[in-house]
Amino acid sequence: MSLRDYVTLRVGGQLFGVDAARVHDVFHPRGLTPVPQSRPEIAGVLNLRGRIVTAVCARRRLGLPPREEGAPEPLAIGLEVQGDSYGLVIDSVDEVLKLDDEKFHAAPGNLPPRWAEIIVGVYQLEKELLIVLDPHTLLDNAHLKAA
Amino acid sequence: MDDLIAEFLTETGESLEVVDSELVKFEANPTERKTLDNIFRLVHTIKGTCGFLGLPRLEAVAHAGETLLGRFRDGKLEVTPVAVTLVLHSIDRIKVILAGLEATGNEPEGDDRDLIAQLEAMAEGGEVDLTAVQAVQVPDRPIGSDIDPAELNVPALGAIPPESTTPATGLNVGDIDPATGRALRPGEVSEADLEAAFAAADAPDWMNDEPEPVSEVAPEPAVAAKPAESAAAKAPEAMSGLGGPGLGGEETQGITTTQSIRVSVDVLEGLMTLVSEMVLTRNQLLQISRNREDSAFATPLQRLSTLTGELQDSVMKTRMQPIGAAWKKLPRLVRDLSYELGKKIDLVMEGEGTELDRQVLELIRDPLTHMVRNSADHGLESTEERVQLGKPANGTVKLSAFHEGGYIVIRISDNGRGLNTGRIREKIIEKGLASRTEVEGLNDQQIHRYIFAPGFSTAAKVTNLSGRGVGMDVVRTNIEQIGGQIDLTSVSGGGTTFTIKIPLTLAIVSALIVGAGGQKFAVPQTSVLELVRTGQNAEHRIEKINDALVLRLRNKLLPLVQLGPTLQLEAARDEDATFVMVIQVGERRYGLVVNDVLDTEEIVVKPLASILRDVDVFSGATILGDGSVVLILDPNALSERAGNMLEEKASEDAEDAVDTGDTATVAMLLFKAGGGAPKAVELAHITRLEHIEVEKIERMDGRAALQYRGKLMPVLGLNGMHDLMSEGIQPLLVFTGEGYAMALAVDEIVDVVEDRLSIELSPDRSGVRGTAVVAGRACEILDVDYYNVQGLAEHQRKPGAASSERAVA
Repeated sequence: MSLRDYVTLRVGGQLFGVDAARVHDVFHPRGLTPVPQSRPEIAGVLNLRGRIVTAVCARRRLGLPPREEGAPEPLAIGLEVQGDSYGLVIDSVDEVLKLDDEKFHAAPGNLPPRWAEIIVGVYQLEKELLIVLDPHTLLDNAHLKAA
Repeated sequence: MDDLIAEFLTETGESLEVVDSELVKFEANPTERKTLDNIFRLVHTIKGTCGFLGLPRLEAVAHAGETLLGRFRDGKLEVTPVAVTLVLHSIDRIKVILAGLEATGNEPEGDDRDLIAQLEAMAEGGEVDLTAVQAVQVPDRPIGSDIDPAELNVPALGAIPPESTTPATGLNVGDIDPATGRALRPGEVSEADLEAAFAAADAPDWMNDEPEPVSEVAPEPAVAAKPAESAAAKAPEAMSGLGGPGLGGEETQGITTTQSIRVSVDVLEGLMTLVSEMVLTRNQLLQISRNREDSAFATPLQRLSTLTGELQDSVMKTRMQPIGAAWKKLPRLVRDLSYELGKKIDLVMEGEGTELDRQVLELIRDPLTHMVRNSADHGLESTEERVQLGKPANGTVKLSAFHEGGYIVIRISDNGRGLNTGRIREKIIEKGLASRTEVEGLNDQQIHRYIFAPGFSTAAKVTNLSGRGVGMDVVRTNIEQIGGQIDLTSVSGGGTTFTIKIPLTLAIVSALIVGAGGQKFAVPQTSVLELVRTGQNAEHRIEKINDALVLRLRNKLLPLVQLGPTLQLEAARDEDATFVMVIQVGERRYGLVVNDVLDTEEIVVKPLASILRDVDVFSGATILGDGSVVLILDPNALSERAGNMLEEKASEDAEDAVDTGDTATVAMLLFKAGGGAPKAVELAHITRLEHIEVEKIERMDGRAALQYRGKLMPVLGLNGMHDLMSEGIQPLLVFTGEGYAMALAVDEIVDVVEDRLSIELSPDRSGVRGTAVVAGRACEILDVDYYNVQGLAEHQRKPGAASSERAVA
């Protein structure tokens, strides 16, 4: 039995998980500079300790409705894909879970295509399902175009 | 790949470049013992190392070459151009094998017997047939460049002798001779002979026991400190110093004290990034400290600030390389050219030590090679011609480099025949680059500049080397791409000089910070020609032609791109345009309308993440002193938005030519109609101007007509019937053609003026011929034929009226 760490987070009420080894940072996306003419998923670019980070809105990327009025300030998790720094803007971060690979299931076949390609698989937790995201396809330009 | 082989490739690649230029020098001066010793030692090292690594093919070629060199050195054989060519051939062959080795990790298949046979024949004083040697295509890149892309020699981090090359592989000359323990091959020298030869040669200074004085640990490579030498013979010496490792002493200055270590470029790039970030952080700190006067941090912060600045300078220096690195291949190139063309050519190089950023260096390497080739091929006369003209028989191509401000200036000059102005003039007309009248109005310098135009080539015959017509425009594009400029001067019979000015580095650029749509953007200053203030009370006003904006600037029309609306920024709607940045991109010139110009700042360019690469209007991003991220605009991509407004290239020269051309002035009627810009029409087309009470115009079924001089004349609006007035007096322009008349309803007749008619912008709809400056205003020129056809159509739809007209006529 092998254990793996996942950072769990919420976007639009749904629980997601990202391999903890891939997450560099958790931060508040502040001081965003919008990028005109970019895709709607791009929230902007920001300065994170001297590095330029491209913030991508997870809600828009997943085709979820925009954040409600009065919702708490969003968070972002710092990811690195192909040498570029990204911040995935999410609603909240829950905790880091150690999960057994044996409880891991491939994604079900009836997911909408926008979701199917960015989901690695699903963990059955006691209360709910944890959807494991693949940061690479989530932030890759080619996949974004296809979405 | 085996580490040992990788190391070997890098070092051998460097050695070979040195051998190339040393051989050329040697040929010019066969009595120069030192040079020969150098070459011999280098080739021997190559041979020894590849024997050690088990590369038989390489070893055999190097061996045969070495043997021949050995004969020269013993004075048993005279140095002839044929012999040098043969040695150069073997160097080329070695390069080819190395390239194969680099690609696959193994020696490529092939046979070198053709070459070795000739080398041996020459070494034994026999007949040599150069044609028997198969010519090989030498790969263009320096060998070893893939292994560790462009390793740098970083000056003086420790007292490591430059000859670390050889010991690095664990080899020492003398104990690695692969010949040991087996029979000598034909043409091979015995080890004892070799040792004797080495013993006879003067030991270079670094072999002496005396250690280098401490003061020699200067933070500059020796070559940089060396004064520029002008004598032709000295040039290659200075160059060889640049080769760094592997070179022995020169009589004049002993060993080149290049104390250096190898550092991979990645490490340097990383260091550069760190320092850039540190500078940005420092700027932030300083800004905070400025607002708190009594801060105890002030003094240490000041110190930190100074240190950071110094650190930035030092790290920038590590990226700097002497320009001589881009010139290394040139002596060989000129030598080969000299044989191929049968011309005697001297190559003089000055200021090889002038340093510039390695990124820039890589980008100018090819353009420079092309230009030297051009100068030697086209620029210089043949030797006979020169003698007849009373010029020195040897033509000279001279390269020089020096710093000026934040730029490096490179000159490539020849003392040849100069540009043939008359011929270029003919070519310009023949290629349709400009009309004869335009060309006649240009001075010589302006004519000469046409050689930078795309597709221009005056070479009567296409030679092996140049004259394919894709030369100087590519050079120019390459140089402009890195924010440089190129110009030339030419004296008939006296030669041509090209001057290139390029920025020292691309990593840090000066930028203007502008505001539009409530956001800040950075625009690289190199592409901004001037700033023009516009707005309500300003001298320059933005005018509108249909939906396109133009600015009248010194009697020329400048197409405008509005930054805010182009980027679809919401806030841009209520903004006033206050500044126009005149931007030049290649041949194109346009104005970028912004709301505000805030600052100029030195910015560190960072690439955008790949997810943003399809946004073409931005070339990168940067962090400003206040910590905010701004996007860097790409003037090139924005120019495409202005592009469709321009019918043709709007180069300054071409425009000048139009303006100064002797186009006759014509009388034009200025009027207003259909909204938008004022309109103009040549007075000659108009028969009459009428002011008619609106009631008299009879309207029927979407058409209008007027009983005029006993006939029914159709009345047209500029864009249709709705342009006609509904009450009052309607001004009409009456046009008559053969057997019919037609009236065009306008809002107001403004003036009649005399002016030259030169249409500068192409039309965007029918009924208009284009836009021109008339009496200092941007006007749309009416296409009379278009309305005549419409009027005629009206007549034909009323056959009765038409026939009665004819009867009257």
